[in-house]
Amino acid sequence: MPVILATDLIVFLVTGGAIFMAYRSTRGNGAVLREIKQNRLAAVSLVFLCLYLGTALMDSLRWRDVAVDENGAALITEDGGAVYESEALSLLDRALSGLRTGTEKSYSAPFASRLFVKESMELPDGRVTRGYPPLRYPGTHILGTDKVGSDVLYTAIKGIRTGIVIGTGTTLIIIPFAIFFGVIAGFFGGFIDDIIQYVYTTLSSIPGVLLIVAFMLLFGGKGFQGGLVSESDVFLSVFVPNDRLFWLCLILGITSWTDLCRLIRGEAMKLRELEYVNAARAFGVPGSGIIWRHIVPNLMHIVLITVVLQFSGLVLAEAVLSYIGIGVGPEMGSWGNMINTARLELSREPVVWWNLFASFLFMFGLVLPANIFGDAVRDALDPKLRYR
Amino acid sequence: MSSQVLEVKNLKTYFKTGEGLARAVDGVSFKIERSSTFALVGESGCGKSVTALSIIQLLSASGVETHGDIFLNGSEISNLPEAEKRHIRGNRISMIFQEPMTSLNPVFTIGNQITEALTLHQGLNKAEAKNAAISMLSQVKFTDPEAIFNDYPHRLSGGMRQRVMIAMALCCKPDLLIADEPTTALDVTIQKDIMGLMNELKSELGTAVLLITHNLALVYNNADTVGVMYAGRLVELAPARLLFSNPQHPYTIKLMRSIPGAARRGHLLDTIKGAVPAATSYPKGCRFSGRCPREMEGCAATEPALTTKKSTANDYGSKQFVACHLYDLAFMSGAKARPLRAAADGESKALPTKAAAPGSETIVKISNLKTWYPIRKGIFKKIRGYVRAVDGIDLTVRSGQTLALVGESGCGKTSAGKTILQLIKPAGGSVCFRGQEITAMGTRELKQIRAKMQIIFQDPYSSLNPRLMVKDIIEEGIRSLLPGLNKVERQRRVAEVLDLVGLGPKAMSRYPHEFSGGQRQRIGIARALAVRPEFIICDEAVSALDVSVQAQILNLLKIIQDKFGISYLFITHDLGVVEYIADEVAVMYNGKIVERGAVEDIFNRPTHEYTKKLLSAVPALPE
Repeated sequence: MPVILATDLIVFLVTGGAIFMAYRSTRGNGAVLREIKQNRLAAVSLVFLCLYLGTALMDSLRWRDVAVDENGAALITEDGGAVYESEALSLLDRALSGLRTGTEKSYSAPFASRLFVKESMELPDGRVTRGYPPLRYPGTHILGTDKVGSDVLYTAIKGIRTGIVIGTGTTLIIIPFAIFFGVIAGFFGGFIDDIIQYVYTTLSSIPGVLLIVAFMLLFGGKGFQGGLVSESDVFLSVFVPNDRLFWLCLILGITSWTDLCRLIRGEAMKLRELEYVNAARAFGVPGSGIIWRHIVPNLMHIVLITVVLQFSGLVLAEAVLSYIGIGVGPEMGSWGNMINTARLELSREPVVWWNLFASFLFMFGLVLPANIFGDAVRDALDPKLRYR
Repeated sequence: MSSQVLEVKNLKTYFKTGEGLARAVDGVSFKIERSSTFALVGESGCGKSVTALSIIQLLSASGVETHGDIFLNGSEISNLPEAEKRHIRGNRISMIFQEPMTSLNPVFTIGNQITEALTLHQGLNKAEAKNAAISMLSQVKFTDPEAIFNDYPHRLSGGMRQRVMIAMALCCKPDLLIADEPTTALDVTIQKDIMGLMNELKSELGTAVLLITHNLALVYNNADTVGVMYAGRLVELAPARLLFSNPQHPYTIKLMRSIPGAARRGHLLDTIKGAVPAATSYPKGCRFSGRCPREMEGCAATEPALTTKKSTANDYGSKQFVACHLYDLAFMSGAKARPLRAAADGESKALPTKAAAPGSETIVKISNLKTWYPIRKGIFKKIRGYVRAVDGIDLTVRSGQTLALVGESGCGKTSAGKTILQLIKPAGGSVCFRGQEITAMGTRELKQIRAKMQIIFQDPYSSLNPRLMVKDIIEEGIRSLLPGLNKVERQRRVAEVLDLVGLGPKAMSRYPHEFSGGQRQRIGIARALAVRPEFIICDEAVSALDVSVQAQILNLLKIIQDKFGISYLFITHDLGVVEYIADEVAVMYNGKIVERGAVEDIFNRPTHEYTKKLLSAVPALPE
């Protein structure tokens, strides 16, 4: 029985968008694609981004297995319906089941064969001594294990979906808001401009974290946080709309479109005075046509730069929100949670560093290629740079 | 001590660029004497500003190579350590820049900015520096120098700021003043004041002036010696009077003939074919080869040296230097001196006389037109008054004729143009197009008229959307105003107008940035022509172009007018262009028309005080 979370839709949408863009750029004269191919750094970044997106997609295809009894026979309800497991495992979970199930008792360092903490052990002769017990799966934990003994590499890989959802989901909300209001305010000016300005000035004068906390307590408090789907608070069906991560994207989007909007408004005001806009008006082109043909294409570089820069900020925002307890749940796996727990681990002696290191490595692997690729796309789309 | 302030010997400044080494300045030598003005003239990109920056040594960034010697009062300054160079800059050599609006720091007072150099270089204390600054401010003709001393730059007009810049530049009594296009951004009446002031102070303080400009008339009236630059080199060097009475180099001759003026009315202006070569790829021999009307077989192979001409012996023979093989006796007697092209005729082609009798039919009649911009204040944006940009003007444009609207910046001429096209709603008055009142029309009715009334803009860079291909830019108007045409017909129309402006159909699928300024202006003209207008407003359409490119565009506009009988409203501040192209003139001042009439009448017998002042301020060229 498949289970679809609200945030899965975001991942599907992004994947679909990426495929569509790839298809679009191969058609036509293919200049954009050629440009990106020539830029080796951008090509490598693209490979990284595809790997991340692929992982996120695998982690978003999930279904619940039919529950079985001890003998391996499928359980059925009284009226003959199938009974399903309470947990929906994704394709990724199933592929990495070795890592998922290979848990230890507690911390262990990368590639270690023994636990990181001392325990009382019973020797074969019956004496009890304190020492580092051997691991159940020695040498398999490339990035070590965390406090409850689960594999750090697995948690970090699970964090990919969360990071991508937070980054792109929020961006998907920001862009239409910011472009629509920014362009309208800048292009038409006057009364419309005043209203939009008041709205975003008010919104950005409320402390962002306060707004997010209030919103999350109102809507996201009882949402799905990873793990069991059949929790009583979570609506149990194929589609699970009450997904805490989704609420998080929504509220982050609503609170952070103002910066981009302000930039776009300024740029639109500048563009509206340019002579080619006047020329279009002298041809009787209506306002919507001018916005679509002359204003929006000429401010896309701002959108691209801001969004790519904001991307890393959003992934970090998730970490901050985990810190005050309104982020995603620990079972969903997120780099924010990993950073949050690393706070205590770094104050241990000796230091447990691999949790922080793993989250850093994976975040770096997403944000840096995103920045490089964003720059390459901006340059490829700019006709001024294309024919050099 | 010799009277020679500056000597530049074989100056070379190269920039490393992605396309190769750009030889912006490539072997320039000249001298400037005390109290004299040396002018460097040339079109944009010829290396005149880079020469100035190399002399004041402001080009120390990476990727720049400078060679050659610069002597200031006989001592070499190009190899001094940076600390000593700083002592020279602003103290012994100072500079005035083109844009007075951005060359003063808006957060400091005028006094603060002038005294900075005085305390730094002259070691004066605060009180002494203030006295010196105030006396300098009174020298640049400020009536209340103490008030100006405490003022902030934004409270001064462009001309006043440029006077402050002069005061700043001269307060340390420099040996050399470099003025890089000092009056280009200013109105012509202010230009006259500024140049007069500079000349006065030059003789008073004994400062030598290096004047950099593209305005040949300004050079004729203010310089002692002139160097004509082309493609990083001096091609001609001569005393100003001599250069203008007897230009020698084919480039100089062409340049002078392309200046529009009354003398050339009814003729096409001289143009130079082709474009200035890129600084990364100059021709091997003479840099003007390939464009030169008097090119000979050997020109492209050997580069001529800058020497005094020997072929024609006259009184000035030793003062005029030319870099051209035509004046090299040895070369001319050789076998390579055969001309490549048929000798260019001295006279430019005459235009056919107009088919339509002048003053026949009225196309556009404007009466009592007003454009008022409301000033809004307070929370509720109540209108507290108006800026009367255009305050009741009357104009009549006749078919196939050109009406020039002249005036200084801020007089409301651009607002008037936009209001006539209904891009700005008028506050009052009427605009009649062929007897139809258009100010009260709705959007749909107005669309019918828009195809008949078009506009060409000043800035060839901001008038074309950089994200659209040329065919889309030109197609936009057809699509909007002539929805009946299908795709094939639209494409044909686009190709047709591109051909008309001399670009050819190849330009269709290229982007604006691939074209030069002049070509972009042609695209702008093609865009307006695509909807077959009867009346075009040219809003400073040639003001941003170099003189040789300007000549091409003016020729094009003339030819189009004769071919299609289009009427122009030519909005400009350049009176030379007006004299050349216009049939009638209207002089605008402070939102009102102060005088109008036929070109000959206005230019020969101005009646209004303002017109007289304007005309007398224009630097004159010898006929």
